[in-house]
Amino acid sequence: MSEEQEVVTVVKSPIYLKYNFTAGAAPARFLAQLKKGKLTGQRRAEPGAPVYSPPRGSCPASGRPTEQEVELSDKATVQSFTIVYIPIPGNAIEPPFVVANLVADGANISFIHLMSECDNADVHIGQRVQAIWKPEEEWDYSMDNIRYFKPIDEPDVPVEKIGKLSVTGQED
Amino acid sequence: MSQPDVLNQAFELGFTYTRSTGPVIGRFFTELRNRNIVGIKASDGRVVVPPMEYDPDTAEELSEFVEVGQQGEIVSFAWVKEPREAHPMDVPFAWAMIKLDGADVPMVHCIAAANESAVATGARVQVVWADETIGYITDIRCFELL
Repeated sequence: MSEEQEVVTVVKSPIYLKYNFTAGAAPARFLAQLKKGKLTGQRRAEPGAPVYSPPRGSCPASGRPTEQEVELSDKATVQSFTIVYIPIPGNAIEPPFVVANLVADGANISFIHLMSECDNADVHIGQRVQAIWKPEEEWDYSMDNIRYFKPIDEPDVPVEKIGKLSVTGQED
Repeated sequence: MSQPDVLNQAFELGFTYTRSTGPVIGRFFTELRNRNIVGIKASDGRVVVPPMEYDPDTAEELSEFVEVGQQGEIVSFAWVKEPREAHPMDVPFAWAMIKLDGADVPMVHCIAAANESAVATGARVQVVWADETIGYITDIRCFELL
């Protein structure tokens, strides 16, 4: 073995998955509403049925269609969160940054989004946040229409009430 | 609810792995960079190519590297009529199990051939090295029929 060169210890072996994603009817509807600056969910047309956002078109508990659209608030509550310290290749955001599971007022399940304009050390479960939208002319069929969520000056939501607020938030 | 048009978007998900080779595969790749092919001697005397770290029978650590030939014999093959993007060649080729001279087990690699009928079990082949070797399995660009 030639000693002129260093011994191989690592190899680069990237894997790329290329695919087309076709949004089904319910996600397409959700994205079309986002393009208009509205956050929406769907539920079964029954009193008290849970509101899913983003909707997938059927209720995961019963398997029945979620045919009723519900408009949500762009205020939300932190259900859980993580602080990301490791840079993600291809991601322009500088760590450390906060990724949170947020439940919009009027919805019963969380979605994942960024939090910013906050002190990472102060982020906590139950914290109230609101969407910071891109300028309207940049809106597309995308959750990226919301740049991030920013804490707002409202009392924390008790853990047992997270995911159970109505669209009017803590007012009732 | 009126429905919008079908929404469709191209995505690419990349896992940009760098993998550690360990000392045995590291040696194999280092030798490939120098245009040599090495196997390793197992406890029963068989020469295994590419080399493996542990004996298949006794699980003992293996360390006796053996240089093998750059020619060998096709043990089995599959003809690829329509190469895909990830394949090593963009024209039809054969994946083959190739038993190199001095080795006791075949290793998988690709064979450049004009057409499927040119390839046969038992046929002799020879390494074609890449123009530039970097210490990876693709340093062997392919095998060609003798």
